[in-house]
Amino acid sequence: MHYSLGIDIGSTTAKTVLFADGNIIFERYERHYSQVREKLIELLQQMKPLVNGRVSAAISGSAGLDIAKEIDVPFVQEVFATGEAVKKLQPDTSCVIELGGEDAKIIFFDKSGVDERMNGSCAGGTGAFIDQMATLLDVSVDELDKLSMNYERIYPIASRCGVFAKTDIQPLLNQGARKEDIARSIYQAVVNQTISGLARGRKIGGKVLFLGGPLYYCKGLRECFKSTLGLSEENAVFPDYGRFTVAIGVASCAEKLDGFDSLDEIIKRIENADAGGLDDRLPPLFDSEEQYEEFVSRHSKATVPRRPIESYSGKAYLGIDCGSTTTKLVLISEDKNILYSYYASNHGDPVSIIKEQLLYLYSLCGDKIQIAGSAVTGYGEDLIKNAFSVDLGIVETIAHYTAAKHFKPEVDFILDIGGQDIKCFKIRNGAIDSIMLNEACSSGCGSFLETFAKSMGYTIEDFAKQGLKGKHPVNLGSRCTVFMNSSVKQSQKEGATVEDISAGLSISVVKNALYKVIRVSSASELGENVVVQGGTFHNDAVLRAFEKELNHFVIRPDIAGLMGAFGAALYSMKLESSSILNEEELKAFTHSARSAVCKGCTNHCSLTINTFADGKRFISGNQCEKGMGMSAPKEQLPNLYAFKRDYLTSLPETTGQRGTVGLPLALGMYELLPLWHGIFTALGFGVKVSKMSTRRTYELGQFSIPSDTACYPAKIMHGHIEELIQSGVDAIFYPCLTYNVDEKVSDNHYNCPVVAYYSELLSGNMDSLQEVKFLYPYLNINNKRELAKELCSYLNRAYGGGFTAVQTRHAVNKGFEAYEKYRQSVREEGEAALDWARKHGKRIMILAGRPYHIDSEICHGIDKLALSMDFVVVSEDSICHLAEPQNVRVLNQWTYHARLYRAARYASEHEDTQLVQLVSFGCGVDAITTDEVREILEKHGKYYTQLKIDEITNLGAVRIRLRSLLGALEEKGVC
Amino acid sequence: MNTKKNYISFTKEMKKEYTILAPNMLPIHFKLILQVLRNYGYKIDLLETQGEHIVETGLKYVHNDTCYPAILVIGQFIDAIESGKYDPHKIALILFQTGGGCRASNYIFLLRKALEKAGYGYVPVISFSLNNLEDHPGFKLTLPILHRMVYGVMFGDLLLSLVNQCKPYELNHGDTERLAEKYTVELAKEMQENGVSFRKAKQRYKEILDAFAQIPMADEEKVRVGIVGEIYVKYSPLGNNNLEQFLVDEGAEVTIPGFLDFCLYCVYNNLIDYKFYRKRKLAYPVIKWVYQYLLGKQRELIDLIKKDGRFRAPAPFEETAERIQENISVGCKMGEGWLLPAEMLELADSGVKNIICTQPFGCLPNHICGKGMMKPLKDKNPEINIVAIDYDASATRVNQENRIKLMLANARQSTKEKLGSVYGD
Repeated sequence: MHYSLGIDIGSTTAKTVLFADGNIIFERYERHYSQVREKLIELLQQMKPLVNGRVSAAISGSAGLDIAKEIDVPFVQEVFATGEAVKKLQPDTSCVIELGGEDAKIIFFDKSGVDERMNGSCAGGTGAFIDQMATLLDVSVDELDKLSMNYERIYPIASRCGVFAKTDIQPLLNQGARKEDIARSIYQAVVNQTISGLARGRKIGGKVLFLGGPLYYCKGLRECFKSTLGLSEENAVFPDYGRFTVAIGVASCAEKLDGFDSLDEIIKRIENADAGGLDDRLPPLFDSEEQYEEFVSRHSKATVPRRPIESYSGKAYLGIDCGSTTTKLVLISEDKNILYSYYASNHGDPVSIIKEQLLYLYSLCGDKIQIAGSAVTGYGEDLIKNAFSVDLGIVETIAHYTAAKHFKPEVDFILDIGGQDIKCFKIRNGAIDSIMLNEACSSGCGSFLETFAKSMGYTIEDFAKQGLKGKHPVNLGSRCTVFMNSSVKQSQKEGATVEDISAGLSISVVKNALYKVIRVSSASELGENVVVQGGTFHNDAVLRAFEKELNHFVIRPDIAGLMGAFGAALYSMKLESSSILNEEELKAFTHSARSAVCKGCTNHCSLTINTFADGKRFISGNQCEKGMGMSAPKEQLPNLYAFKRDYLTSLPETTGQRGTVGLPLALGMYELLPLWHGIFTALGFGVKVSKMSTRRTYELGQFSIPSDTACYPAKIMHGHIEELIQSGVDAIFYPCLTYNVDEKVSDNHYNCPVVAYYSELLSGNMDSLQEVKFLYPYLNINNKRELAKELCSYLNRAYGGGFTAVQTRHAVNKGFEAYEKYRQSVREEGEAALDWARKHGKRIMILAGRPYHIDSEICHGIDKLALSMDFVVVSEDSICHLAEPQNVRVLNQWTYHARLYRAARYASEHEDTQLVQLVSFGCGVDAITTDEVREILEKHGKYYTQLKIDEITNLGAVRIRLRSLLGALEEKGVC
Repeated sequence: MNTKKNYISFTKEMKKEYTILAPNMLPIHFKLILQVLRNYGYKIDLLETQGEHIVETGLKYVHNDTCYPAILVIGQFIDAIESGKYDPHKIALILFQTGGGCRASNYIFLLRKALEKAGYGYVPVISFSLNNLEDHPGFKLTLPILHRMVYGVMFGDLLLSLVNQCKPYELNHGDTERLAEKYTVELAKEMQENGVSFRKAKQRYKEILDAFAQIPMADEEKVRVGIVGEIYVKYSPLGNNNLEQFLVDEGAEVTIPGFLDFCLYCVYNNLIDYKFYRKRKLAYPVIKWVYQYLLGKQRELIDLIKKDGRFRAPAPFEETAERIQENISVGCKMGEGWLLPAEMLELADSGVKNIICTQPFGCLPNHICGKGMMKPLKDKNPEINIVAIDYDASATRVNQENRIKLMLANARQSTKEKLGSVYGD
């Protein structure tokens, strides 16, 4: 009898299969909790009684890589193994989709061979993502699966990666969306990510085999794949061996190998394997016991006075902080002592928790204490305010600032790390000097720590204590939690202890805050008095890591996690009496939520409608104010974004005898549309411009995107091309422009590589372009004669003649006339908007991005949001001509950026003007511009606000940023 | 116009007492190139430091979304300044500046900003660029210097190519590296003592070819893997987690297109500016001459290797450029631009079907020229086996290696009959 053993150790689970003469006699699938060696020995011991003779073996899986090397057993790459197994078990398969804990894979089989693909590093963590989302919803993975079966609607959730998806899900939860709908939406995000990220244009059809743990256990996920891919019952195969495919493939590869005399030999090798070194470890958090004691005693002094609620009578003020993952309440007396506080996870249902808490509070207060004021802050602010008739809403940044300032009046710097967000303030002369908020990529650090601790079987408190003891903290990087998660797993497999991981995670979170959010390099930049707060700072390991990294002592109030609620309570002290629901009303309070689609405009936002006992409704999820059931603002404020949109979309659709040319309204076309429209019309073409993007546009083209880390404005281009092809145009034009318009104010006038050459990518990756003539000449738009000449010869080549030099020169002139006219009206409109604002005493916001940021899908209606906050909105290109060219410390070589720098200069020179920078995720060049723009603004005492945008649709984070800006301005008295 | 000079010049006085620090990208080439500068009286140190603290330092002083090479190079500089090995007031830094629409043109400015942030704003940074973009009286790239540097690049490319062809097969571990090291030292010494002579160079080429052919090698066939990509992570072991060594350990033979191709590409781009956009009219004849001169030098070496017959010669640049035109225009010239897919095709046509395309995470030009060209190239050459690997401060090594292993498994599969096994060594 010959035995062959297949071992597949993934990021989360260990799978083993044992063959005896080619038949499976043993199989096991178990979570290994990163105790890889122990689990493996355990499994081998279990199968030992079955083995009687020589056994050959091979190992696979991401966690198997190192162990295979250590024990000198052949390694078989897992996707390769899957391919081998499928060829044997299901030879008529045309495509395999396999999801694991960390990696997603697709394999295509056809006559020409096998095409195997794995997800890119950014899109990692499929199974781990589902686990995390279940924790977020406070359900088990099984329950999540059951919930998903009863969905009514699907919310659009960013599918770029787990962190982005979470950013979309968290607010949905807090707005009261149904868990059933969220569960299904999570699955849909996984499906979209897999299909768009891996299939990249290749059609998934024929018999599709679904493999791997998550697809074996999650029935809802299966359904979701089936319906998205439109597969019939017989073509969607979920085999029983789904979890073991890799192990089977490995075992059959092993059959051909020389073996070991017995299983014991393998076991012995594992036992003797080197558990990995301690290279690349960090120094411990504490060098000595004394150091630790000094740390503890120093921080125990930072307390806020408390007073037993029983001993107090009189007025009291209530602050509620409805955060992303936790709910906090603080009741304070008139002398600002804390009477009562509450801090707990919101279990995805903050409304019920607050109702319960309020009832309890009323029972404590009795007749002695009257709530004279209440305020609510945090992600759930609007919902809670409406549900319980809370008096005031306060943006969380200002709440945290208010609390910190009360606690330490001479504070210079405040850092707040909550579950989802990191907020930092620099204070100068008693006022907020600058605000820094994390962007999507670095969000969720706080809650990640907690979720991770739970998954290891620890409470966050115990987990933190372990971290303090870590002797050799692991280095986990600081890009984002997806990367950290995969680094942790890696380090566990190398034998890192819980102590070292806990300490390492704390250090990573701190580095993320320091170097990504604050962008600080030395303590002196922060000032003497640094206050740290937010729930995450209750974790002593994080606190210590922060002090160590900064090399400076900081102050952590004992109510670090309650500071938002405390600040809200302080804020409400300006009130005399409160409208908050009384005990009677509260007892009668009920709450239900349902989902709907807004029909207010073409955006079709997904709404969540909350209904309360008194019939009051609260609607959320909409991008503008319409869906909220409010009337539009009484006066129409000037909005250059709308002006530009209207201008460009009202260029007429023309007809001509040379056929129709389609112009995709994306990327650089947003700047030069009038030029090309003019040229082609004058040449006798019909011109058709694609419609402004919607989510649907993106979905239409998402399957041919080759690089998932490109920016959203580029990815959406694919949809515009599809749309044009479907509309029956004869040709599509998007030129390659190395150089953009030379406005003669910068060192050079390049386009970014993506805007410049995206056509090359489209041509290579969109098969549907075969159906039309795709015109993408390399042109120089700064020399009319050259442009006409080149265009003429290009068109003659493409159309086999028919274009004369005179014609094209005339057309080019016409085009430039139209372009100049457009630019001129944008400038005039910009000036008019400024005048209007000043005449009417309105604030001005330069919403500064790129021309394509006016697209309503790409900017997600941020311009409208700004209008609703009573800002007049102008674009960077409408006012930059009013400022002198700006000197910058970097190479000023991109046309769009030169405009941006000048716009920043304009803002820095005008007190009534604020600049908000729109940055698309993945925009490499903005890694350079953002620091510069910030510098220009801050040098002149202005606030810098950056909004990082992507396919994420939820505006919660944007709203907080803009309101923080407003709050800071009000605080400072500039308004 | 942004004409205000906001940098510190490297003065003639500085030349006498300052040590110039240079980042390492191509170990052999840079040793030779820097020797040229030493011969012209510069004190120069090549930074060969390694380790996690370099990335850490980089992340501290550079925007974390900036490309990985910038984080590494700047991290390496500041780490060196802080090492205590140098008097910060007596050093200058040198960085290559290629120009063009990629954000890499900004590295030098990011370096200056980082220095200022770290408190070393007074350290002069020299821009090493062919266009003399900046004014550094103490550092002038004269024709003789450039001429000698070309010599360095030629020998660098030859040695790199021979090392790659010999190392996987050497019977006595270390033979190849020792020989390469020996010639690097010898050539540098010779340059110092006798200057360079392209007449004698031919003699040298032959001698080197003979010496490498003497290395006792196993007669076996290995999976051949080509590396293309963003210039820094493609070559620098610090940038690509020692990719070449990893592949050799996995039992593969590595092929990396030479550095001269990249130099030619940079020169060629200037010609394109004239051809496509009628820019640089005045400089055109000079650039054209330089281009022809470099082509000539490359041809010389290629002919020699071919005639010798014992080693594989690289493809001439013009052929490489010609080959790719049906897939992408040579107008696509930011970052590595069209050269990147052109090298993929060159590799495939020369029999290297397995290719690793390396890039820093979020590399803009590579969205188009790297990942964006994989499908069209594969459509036309179905046997090509390409994997794109992103390098980044936080990407895990295992993730990268696992993907490379998948590529290798497929590579072995397709040559299974020859090799008899699909498993790693």
